[in-house]
Amino acid sequence: MELLVDIVSGIFILIGCVFMVGGAVGLIRMPDFYTRLHAASVTDTGGILFIMIGLILQALFIFDNPMAAVKLFLVIIFIFFTAPTASHAVAKAALMANIIPQCQDGKSVVDKSLASIYHDKKLSPTDAKQQVKTVEGDDRV
Amino acid sequence: MYLALVIAVLVALVLVLTRALLGPTIYDRMLSVNSAGTKVVILIAAYGFLTGRPDFVDISLLYALINYITTIAVLKFFEYGDLGSGAYQEDDI
Repeated sequence: MELLVDIVSGIFILIGCVFMVGGAVGLIRMPDFYTRLHAASVTDTGGILFIMIGLILQALFIFDNPMAAVKLFLVIIFIFFTAPTASHAVAKAALMANIIPQCQDGKSVVDKSLASIYHDKKLSPTDAKQQVKTVEGDDRV
Repeated sequence: MYLALVIAVLVALVLVLTRALLGPTIYDRMLSVNSAGTKVVILIAAYGFLTGRPDFVDISLLYALINYITTIAVLKFFEYGDLGSGAYQEDDI
């Protein structure tokens, strides 16, 4: 029984480690701020899910400590609410600070950022969204 | 198994903090600090299991709470220049 729990939780922890180290490498190698944001936020949430499932199995069946398992479950719930919220806050703050998404060749995806249009003309957000045009002849967006 | 987990988390932490040092904009640094906080949550829990004391999970839960508040507070400070201002509007983008 203990061997089975060790194998299953080891597999979960291994998957989580692959997620986490992959996300960290993506954070180093990605060319643009928004791609780095994508690499970091998605893998953080996924990695913590798998690692915490593995640790919950260990706490329940090896350490025989159900309270630690409940607290690890609370960590999962909390991270699942806060990590996407924090990523959204970072992305929104960067967009309002005129950091424009880039293509592979360094060209910007939009003519003008949403934030500059919004601040220049004092439009409502829906009107400003309609004024954002994609760069002509670029279908890789 | 726990030792491998702790080593993997430490490697990821070094990579993430490299981005915090390199990062061209303040938002890259903020993103990597947020990511490093998530990794420290895992590191504290895994270290508790490594030393045979799963009670360390309390500290990692607390660290998860503080990490979120830090990110939101620093971002609000850089966006509005003031933590106490009521500049945020409901129809903001």
